[in-house]
Amino acid sequence: MQIRPILATLRHHKAGTLLIAMQIALTLAIVCNAMFIIHQRLARMSKPSGVDESNLLVVRNEWAGKPAPAQIGSLMAADLDTLRKVPGVTNVYATNTYPFSNTGLANGIGHSPDKRNYVSVTAVYFANENTLATLGLKLVEGRNFTTNEINDLGDHDKIAPDVIIVTRELAHRLYPDGSALGKTAYISDKPSIIIGIVDRLQIPWVDSSMAQWADCSTLLPFRQRVDTTHYVVRARPEQLADVAARVRATLYAAHHLRVIRPKDGVQTFAQVRAAAYESDRGIAILMGVISTILLAITAAGIVGLASFWVGQRRKQIGVRRALGATRHDILSYFLTENLLIGIAGVVLGGVLAIGLNLWLMKQFEIGRLAPGYVLTGVAMLLLLGQGAVFAPALRASRVPPVEATRSV
Amino acid sequence: MLAYYLRLGMRSLRRNPILTMLMVLTIGIGVASSMTTYAVFRAVSANPLPEKSARLFAPQIDIWGPQSRAQGADMPDALTYTDAMALLRDKKAKRQTAIYPVNLTLVPQSERTEPFAVNGYAAYADFFSMFNVPFLYGGAWDMSQDDMHSSVVVISSQLNQQLFQGSDSVGRTIRLDDHDYEIVGVVDGWNPRPRFYDVNNSNGFNDPPDIFLPFMRAIDLQMNTNGNTNCYGSAGRKPGFDGFIHSDCAWVSYWAELPDANDEAAYRDYLTNYAAEQNRLGRFHWKPNVPLRNLVEWLDYEKVVPTETRISLWLSLGFLLVCLVNTVGLMLAKFMRRAGEIGVRRALGASRREIWTQFLAEAAMVGVGGGVVGVVFTGLGALGVGLVFEPDIARLAHVNVGLIGLTLACALLSTLAAAFYPTWRASRVQPAWQLKSN
Repeated sequence: MQIRPILATLRHHKAGTLLIAMQIALTLAIVCNAMFIIHQRLARMSKPSGVDESNLLVVRNEWAGKPAPAQIGSLMAADLDTLRKVPGVTNVYATNTYPFSNTGLANGIGHSPDKRNYVSVTAVYFANENTLATLGLKLVEGRNFTTNEINDLGDHDKIAPDVIIVTRELAHRLYPDGSALGKTAYISDKPSIIIGIVDRLQIPWVDSSMAQWADCSTLLPFRQRVDTTHYVVRARPEQLADVAARVRATLYAAHHLRVIRPKDGVQTFAQVRAAAYESDRGIAILMGVISTILLAITAAGIVGLASFWVGQRRKQIGVRRALGATRHDILSYFLTENLLIGIAGVVLGGVLAIGLNLWLMKQFEIGRLAPGYVLTGVAMLLLLGQGAVFAPALRASRVPPVEATRSV
Repeated sequence: MLAYYLRLGMRSLRRNPILTMLMVLTIGIGVASSMTTYAVFRAVSANPLPEKSARLFAPQIDIWGPQSRAQGADMPDALTYTDAMALLRDKKAKRQTAIYPVNLTLVPQSERTEPFAVNGYAAYADFFSMFNVPFLYGGAWDMSQDDMHSSVVVISSQLNQQLFQGSDSVGRTIRLDDHDYEIVGVVDGWNPRPRFYDVNNSNGFNDPPDIFLPFMRAIDLQMNTNGNTNCYGSAGRKPGFDGFIHSDCAWVSYWAELPDANDEAAYRDYLTNYAAEQNRLGRFHWKPNVPLRNLVEWLDYEKVVPTETRISLWLSLGFLLVCLVNTVGLMLAKFMRRAGEIGVRRALGASRREIWTQFLAEAAMVGVGGGVVGVVFTGLGALGVGLVFEPDIARLAHVNVGLIGLTLACALLSTLAAAFYPTWRASRVQPAWQLKSN
């Protein structure tokens, strides 16, 4: 295939050529950044929390009428008993927070009682001897809390545990050169002994600003006696929905002066996770929809302009056919023409894509675009161009040689 | 003549319905996506109190020093209780209030009704006059009630509806947690969005607060904040609520009304002197750092417009740009195909200007069509916006007359802009060339 005559023709259609190339370039720039963002968000959303999510539900309980701490202690104990007796419930514990809850307590943890001098930030989870079994956490080293290690904790009391359980990631940050088991760490101004290490437990937040320590969680053996408590309930898989439907009424029947909000007081872990990633999912959907429409519009634009060119050049095509060009020659002429424009477009688009990514990085704290996305986008747009031009090109190849003899 | 051109345009557009539809759809979709995301953006970036936003200020005090920022902690966007009380005592602004969010339970008198949770704020009497809070019944408590730590409450019209069926409830009492409060006022559906006075604790787009009560009453009853508490490096505090409020934890929001630029400058000096005084007392060991931002600057500082909203707006503007480039191409094709016709008209005496008007009229019709399609898709987009944005934010986006007008104008203007080059090309057609080839 001769490229020179194609280039000569394109010089006569500068505006159209430029417009298609520009459209391909802009589409490429937007689509590959969109793909990158979608992929990033999906990767975030599919990150495992370390918790056996499919069998869990969470109850948020607020005590009405402000009972005294001692009374809260006995009310909580009674609630845990009540919940344990609900058919289908296999385990339960009370805590301040849980993964994806988006609320909680974060502390520095390190090797010094000075709180300004820490190794990592860590999420603080209040736990008891049932926590590991309820959440389905995998203990990789050491042991669980025992019942007599769990202490009462009032509002604004000093949080200074004797023993803690940390995640593997946090253990590694504290003691990079060996096992952290049995060693001490300061989460308060007193040392705590690390008695166990669990494989994974995500922090309560999913913000990207906290991604740096997203796997650094600490379990503290406390029974917190405050107005708002979360019960984490583990149910038999097939009975989860059943338990979720019954749990609110059961608790109210046992004790009346409480608030479990009808709207979101009882949530399965699946709901909690979905709520936490709502905006990520939204952005992924929006980017997906816009990219799809964008590609469709670009394809339609190529079809439109190519059809116009074919219509305009019927006579020339007829002449070429009369001079011995085969149908195949005509077809490949238009395909090649489109490919040349496409290549110009994707080269420009690649540069634009990287530029757009740099701007997005500055504005929105988005990571650096991997070259794979640009290459995928390039391949996609070149194929799209060829696909779009195929029908008009086929029509061109069907122009009969006799067209050469007709005047308009 | 314009009517004739419009008729010609209509005929031409009808001759090639697929191409016409493609252009109209492209413009419509491009404009609709921009307008939908703009509706969301407009809602979240709105100025919630335009008549006063330049005169309301949120001070900050650098209590942890430059070292904390080297470790990645931000400057606290709230004050410590100690600092808030000191500022309130000095009363250097025309009006001022400390604020913190509280979450209480309301226990109804009837045993049969379940207790329910109420959200609100502990604040000072100035809160209501500073923020132009409208009242349905009664009004704010007065400053003497602040000083006496009175057990009074201002409730929302929703709560008034729920408890008292909307009747004037001033003077009646409600039981919050374990204490009774006398109602002094019912707010008339006030819920500025974004909720500028609480954006350091929430996303700023929540349901309206149910109650307001005097700050010192809340402190007396040891009510915890329902917002953020930032305690960088303050481990050595005493236990209990008293230890907490006298620690270096930042959790109290603070707002001051400063009526003119002189007051503002004086207040900046005052804050600097306050920080310098703390230096002398040995509490701080760094240069006074006391930013004072007005309402608009504060919303910006707190990044109230979510990243998702801004990305979406930019993305759809980029999308509109591609749609326009596409339209330029299609129009160019459409117009240049009629070079012969143009040649004839030119040869018969039509000026370039007339050709220009003719094709611009045709383009304008595409623009109007695109606008109508755009309005329909914007409506659909506003319905589907819940899929993309958080519910709190999505429900703020609604289609109103202004948005419809904007959509139409945007479609028409962008189509005319896109038509500019194709029309110019059409008007440059050489009549002689076109006639010769025949």
